Amino acid sequence: MLYSEKVMDHFRNPRNVGEIENPDGVGEVGNAKCGDIMRITLKVEDGVIADAKFTTFGCGSAIATSSIATEMIMGKPVEEALELSNRAVVEALDGLPTHKIHCSVLAEEAVKAAVKDYYDKNNITYDPKIFCGLECGSCHHHGE
Amino acid sequence: MIYLDNAATTKTGQVAQQAMVACMEECWGNPSSLHTPGQRAAEVLERAREEIASAIGASAQEIYFTSGGSEADNQAIRSAAALGRRQGKTHLVSTAIEHHAVLHTLAALEKEGFTVTLVPVDESGIVKVADVEAALREDTALVSVMFANNEIGTLQPVEEIGRLCRERKIPFHTDAVQAVGHVPVDVEQQNIDLLSLSGHKFHGPRGVGALYVRRGLPLFPLIEGGAQERGKRAGTENTPAIVGMAAALKEACAHREENAARERKLRDQLIAGLEQIPHSALNGDRERRLPGNVNFCFEGIEGESLLLLLDDKGIAASSGSACTSGSLDPSHVLLAIGRPHEVAHGSLRLTLGEETTEEEITKTIQAVEEVVAYLRAMSPVWRQLQKGERAYVIQ
Repeated sequence: MLYSEKVMDHFRNPRNVGEIENPDGVGEVGNAKCGDIMRITLKVEDGVIADAKFTTFGCGSAIATSSIATEMIMGKPVEEALELSNRAVVEALDGLPTHKIHCSVLAEEAVKAAVKDYYDKNNITYDPKIFCGLECGSCHHHGE
Repeated sequence: MIYLDNAATTKTGQVAQQAMVACMEECWGNPSSLHTPGQRAAEVLERAREEIASAIGASAQEIYFTSGGSEADNQAIRSAAALGRRQGKTHLVSTAIEHHAVLHTLAALEKEGFTVTLVPVDESGIVKVADVEAALREDTALVSVMFANNEIGTLQPVEEIGRLCRERKIPFHTDAVQAVGHVPVDVEQQNIDLLSLSGHKFHGPRGVGALYVRRGLPLFPLIEGGAQERGKRAGTENTPAIVGMAAALKEACAHREENAARERKLRDQLIAGLEQIPHSALNGDRERRLPGNVNFCFEGIEGESLLLLLDDKGIAASSGSACTSGSLDPSHVLLAIGRPHEVAHGSLRLTLGEETTEEEITKTIQAVEEVVAYLRAMSPVWRQLQKGERAYVIQ
């Protein structure tokens, strides 16, 4: 089997699918040309992620990584959500095939982009270095 | 399980299995040995050669057994290139939609100093004879055009291209892996000099194929060693597999017309059903395609997730999405017929077989509809398309 049971579970029964109305933060990363786009919307209450939802255009692991990423940041302070690493996503899914690791990177980037949007909308100051990498586009590995 | 991936491989048929077991029980000798067991094996090997030859209108001396379609493609192309080089001809012509066994061999030859022209195909996935003609040069050493495309099933005008090559005395190779046993193939009538075929595409075993080489055309070995296959392919012959392949091909050819008629009818039902899904499009020409091939693009979704969910529903299919190929780009064939990347990622190939039933087709149409709708509901691309924030590629 290409994927772990955990990946297949999140792919078959994705958690938190959808789009929050009037979200406090929106992050959309990826490129349809490359075959994957993830969009995460956040509801933030008192600096804590009260709700997170996703929509994803992509393969099985793209759907699974976005599903588990929303689960992992739910109820966490925004600053903690920023610490979600792609490695943690991979571990939580009991591993991903090598050529699918970029899906976990995309999930991390989608969360970061949503938090950045929340910061920007609320005039919260931050060290721009935290988001360094997002601007490079998540498609760099596709060698366009 | 509804198996709709017959272009990937077919189930080894009863006829082939029985022939193989009988061969292993009774004709297990080495065909190169002079003793009785060896000669018994040599006899069945030669009978298999005759059967394969007669299925494609060739004679037995023109058939060389290989490990499959890829080896046959490699040997045909490398051999023609080597012959060309001796004559100072280093130009090779092929098409943009060939199998990787052809394209990668050509790319390797390019590094060795050959020039390659890949002729494009039109939107329907068929190469124009005039475009092939325009690509020919004084120093063209080979033209290689596949008989039927493995992804979108389109049938290429091999007979006309073969005639063109014959007039100019340029060797003409066709990768007929998807065609043999499914559509009429005749090397004489269709002006073919080199032809590749593969056992497991017509209910024979895998790991075995054949290369047809027109008499008088030099052939160079890829594998050096013993004198098997008249010195053109060393290594003790895989007699059971060869015998199984020959038995399967004989069976496929005997029922070819009735099977093709049945498959064509089911294929067209499947196409009509899938076309009802909004923003979907058939890939490849509607008429000039393999009897069992259906290939669609669905806008707003990605192919791998489509496949996995269909598998959950008991349907085995394939896709030209990058994710399923393990590469970063979607199918070169879908790109060649003008599908943009984002749409090519959402492709689905369903290839019917002689065992496919009408009931399976009905179930498949329903399952694809459900899965496409489900994936679109969670796709940000689909939402953008529906909101008018992104333009539909497929109307």
